Amino acid sequence: MKTIKEKHSLVMRWTHWVNFPILTVMIWSGMLIYWANDEYKITIFGHTYVRFFPDWYYNLLHIPARLAEGMAFHFLFMWFFTLNGIFYVAYTIISGAWRELVPQKKSWKEAWFVLLHDLHIRKMAPPQNKYNAAQRIAYTAIIVMGIGSVITGLAIYKPVQFYYLTWLCGGYHFARIIHFALTLGYVFFFLIHIVQVIIAGWNNFRSVISGFEVVNTDTPKKLAKDE
Amino acid sequence: MNNPEEDKKPKAEVPVQKQINRRNFISFTTFTVLGVAAYGGWRKLYTSPIETLGITGEAHKPLRRALNKSELFFRNFFSNNHLVKTYPKSMAAKVVRKNTSIGADSRLDAANWRLKVKKLSGEVLSISIDEIKALTKTDLVFDFKCVEGWDQIQHWGGVRFVDFIEHFGLHPETKLDYVGMETPDKGYYVGLDMASAMHPQTLLAYEMNDQPIPVPHGAPLRLIIPVKYGIKNLKRIGTISFSNRRPHDYWAEQGYDYYSGL
Repeated sequence: MKTIKEKHSLVMRWTHWVNFPILTVMIWSGMLIYWANDEYKITIFGHTYVRFFPDWYYNLLHIPARLAEGMAFHFLFMWFFTLNGIFYVAYTIISGAWRELVPQKKSWKEAWFVLLHDLHIRKMAPPQNKYNAAQRIAYTAIIVMGIGSVITGLAIYKPVQFYYLTWLCGGYHFARIIHFALTLGYVFFFLIHIVQVIIAGWNNFRSVISGFEVVNTDTPKKLAKDE
Repeated sequence: MNNPEEDKKPKAEVPVQKQINRRNFISFTTFTVLGVAAYGGWRKLYTSPIETLGITGEAHKPLRRALNKSELFFRNFFSNNHLVKTYPKSMAAKVVRKNTSIGADSRLDAANWRLKVKKLSGEVLSISIDEIKALTKTDLVFDFKCVEGWDQIQHWGGVRFVDFIEHFGLHPETKLDYVGMETPDKGYYVGLDMASAMHPQTLLAYEMNDQPIPVPHGAPLRLIIPVKYGIKNLKRIGTISFSNRRPHDYWAEQGYDYYSGL
């Protein structure tokens, strides 16, 4: 028999889907800003592997010479990004939903088994509630990264008034590097996230829009199918 | 579905399936409507009209409003006690970076250069570089920050703007909200809120690395204002004026934030 199993709260769904376009605009406008001083690259033993970013990439996305525009967009959407984040974190703390989210002591070991299971190396995944151990780590990390983006952002935005934040981030220069690296982290997270959501299937995806999953109570519950 | 158990009690099955369908319909409809609305809102913002050129220009109207609102919010955090970090002289760059010389690219007539200060009374002070050099000199080694994103530790020397105000008795002028500065040819100009101008580290600089400032860096006198991006650090100052309204500003006219405070 089918039953409805509540999964995601309305606040979680709202903040998740609001964050997606806001973060997209922040990353895009951030690239418009970064272009004006695009000095980052990955160089190991004198060989440059990746340059952020090559000209074809800039031209493809129409990035060059839009610094002022980028700043104007960035400094509007930073408000939405921050407020949406505060709303989510406050809700998660107050509602107690953090218990299902924050990694537990056993999560670090279990996450390894989850990974092996996802890679089809291990048959059984550890038992879980709403999120498995790997999800707990990943979804908590992304929140910490969001907080990191706000703090490093403020450290670059007002390095004199918020000098303590700039100091905390290891100085103006390093704050800018962290701010940039976190953005690369979001892109990396996004790619993995999309693959996992596709593999997890419709029931899981729907729960982030409708809030519930449909559970067939006649057959034994499958373990670790959620992403 | 082909479980015989279920066939016996279809009444229990239908409401659940109905409930699922109903909730799916409501949530997916809401999701789609909000998604389309969000995209429409984005397109509206992205194609919103550009402001008419006044004191500021080139920015989308709603984005300019947002910049101005953000300025008001972050001004609350401004304090004269928040000093820019200073460094030992040895860390200052020997080759000082230079982006533009707009307004300071014509030949400098050093002998005839005078700093003009427009007082409220209508009187215009005409001050020579020697008069300025006679005032207490302050050295500042700090991390100069460009709006483009680069920064460089630089060593500047000159008179603090507050000391300059004090010496020339310009206190009534500091009651106004803004200071305007222009190059002699009026090719470059900046507007500064009074609080930032009166910050204890704002300099009217005439030395760079203990030497008179070279022409490309703003000889004979330039503004060094560490609480602002480089775009506000006007080279070759010609005129200083005071106003309750925002003075015109070269880069604010081209889409940049008027405040540009750090």
